[in-house]
Amino acid sequence: MASLVLITTALLFVFYVAPDDANQGFSQRIFYFHVSIAFTAYVCFAAGAWKAFRHLWKRDPRADLESYVWVHQGLIFGAMVLVTGSIWARISWGRWWVWSEDELVLFLILYLFYCAYFMLRFSVDPGPQRANLSAVYALFGVVLIPVSFAAIRLAKEVLHPRVFTLHGPNFGGWILVTYCIAQAALLVLAYTLYRVELAGKRLDLRLRELKEVLA
Amino acid sequence: MTYVRDVGALARKDLLLELRAKDTLPAMLLFVAAVFVVFHFALPGNPSRLETTGLLWVAILFTALLGLGRAFVPEREQRTMDGLVLAPCDRSAIWLAKSLATLAFLGAAEVVALPLYALFFHRIGGSTVLAVVLADIGICAVGTFLGAMAVVTRARDLLLPLLFLPLAMPIVVGAVGASIGHSPGRYLGFLALYDLLFGVVCWGSFEYVVAE
Amino acid sequence: MLTAHRLGKRYGEKRVLRGVDLELPDGGFLVVTGPNGSGKTTLLRICAGLAAPTSGTVERRATRAELGYLGHEPLVYRELTALENLDLYGRLYRVPERRERIGMLLERFGLWEARHDRVAAYSRGMTQRLALCRVLLHDPALLVLDEPYTALDEAGAELLDDQLTELRGERTFLVSTHDPARVAPLASGRLALGT
Repeated sequence: MASLVLITTALLFVFYVAPDDANQGFSQRIFYFHVSIAFTAYVCFAAGAWKAFRHLWKRDPRADLESYVWVHQGLIFGAMVLVTGSIWARISWGRWWVWSEDELVLFLILYLFYCAYFMLRFSVDPGPQRANLSAVYALFGVVLIPVSFAAIRLAKEVLHPRVFTLHGPNFGGWILVTYCIAQAALLVLAYTLYRVELAGKRLDLRLRELKEVLA
Repeated sequence: MTYVRDVGALARKDLLLELRAKDTLPAMLLFVAAVFVVFHFALPGNPSRLETTGLLWVAILFTALLGLGRAFVPEREQRTMDGLVLAPCDRSAIWLAKSLATLAFLGAAEVVALPLYALFFHRIGGSTVLAVVLADIGICAVGTFLGAMAVVTRARDLLLPLLFLPLAMPIVVGAVGASIGHSPGRYLGFLALYDLLFGVVCWGSFEYVVAE
Repeated sequence: MLTAHRLGKRYGEKRVLRGVDLELPDGGFLVVTGPNGSGKTTLLRICAGLAAPTSGTVERRATRAELGYLGHEPLVYRELTALENLDLYGRLYRVPERRERIGMLLERFGLWEARHDRVAAYSRGMTQRLALCRVLLHDPALLVLDEPYTALDEAGAELLDDQLTELRGERTFLVSTHDPARVAPLASGRLALGT
């Protein structure tokens, strides 16, 4: 419920409250979602890795499934990053894909990485071994994110040396407010989806156990 | 000290197995030479140093994958992993020894491949050789680790490249940058950092790959 | 030496063990029996620490260095010779006076002549003898033996009988077999697994 309300508010803000961008006009509004979706995906991957760590360290029996569900959410949001980023690239540069956008390239790598996570998981029978392998690979993911990010930055310098700069977009006034609302909405949405999927998966497991007891 | 001895005993076993079976190293050598020939025809005319450097790294990466795919085949086919896991040594020694053995094979393949590259395409600078050394360490450390994961899955050989390539992307960036960039030092530093970071992660988590 | 409480193990949907209790005191000799598919191997793998139980607990008062495990697989490299295999394990287990100990075991199990042959050239019975050498190499305090008589000829089985009798009482044994009569004189207890 809360996520529905927040999403609606965010949409209202994005389309009616936030001012048009000076250069790109109306279409720039996708930026609010693109950036906040990307951040949400990072949060999901990080949560997945945290649960993976809990599994390995504390042997928390629920952590394996929780880690998997978080990574799954991350992959869904990651796909949305690629789609919205591609649309944004089309609007800004007239092409559906640009290698100059660090965020987009990083998500492509992460997308490949986490797809491999799923391949790995579905290639091992359920049990402690699958839980361990998945957890270890999910942990590799959080190490890969910053390393890949640095690598992508470095790759751009190979032919055109330049100085690292850290100038973010100029946030101010309504733009900031709108962004924050969109961000909050997506985080709540991700959490809600996580709870829903987790509940479904747990129900499924429970059903199987019951079936076995009856059999 | 006992750790070093364990790693030594395990690595010695891997080298001995290769000496008997002689399948990994010759395969890697043939493969890398064939890939160079493919490149010649894939890039007609006179490819620039920039282009062939990229191809060199593609060749190294895929040659390494060939060796990494074989790394845990003796343990899988002869089902000896349980024996190693039961031994009282630290389990990470199994990974380290296997990485060292794979590194030896990859290094041996490159001793032939790099002069061949220089002969076929362009000469190779000192920074490229350094990059090869540092990249090899990262490739073997991470690749061996993932190889141990891949052998216990149903998909086996199919899975290793999928697991490995996204993780190898930073290595390619560092290696290509060091080979043709304006300031190779930064890229070599990046490669060393990668080796260190992922080396520690692999070393710390290998236990969970082989034990339930 | 070994205590297990309400052990359960599932592989995916399939349940192989259900509520198994086990008590093995120091110096005991517990024989595990049961038909094929009753979970003998799984139980022994859990006791050796090679598999984790899905439910229940297992407590083992022997470190990995004090454990000798004989499984279905001989756990030796087929491309290496008997000597090379035992040398590898001897190093990993830090066996004192490795060469002498290896020589003594190979002699006892009748493999001395074939010590420089690759295991790939061994018969199944010889491979099983080598596997027994590997298990006894570091003189473990707890021996977990899964169907130790598999593939042995009569001479080999008698060698194993002698070896078990010699160590009975001084070491602790957990042995699975489908032929309990063979080890009946040694057994201190018996655990029958149902299907």
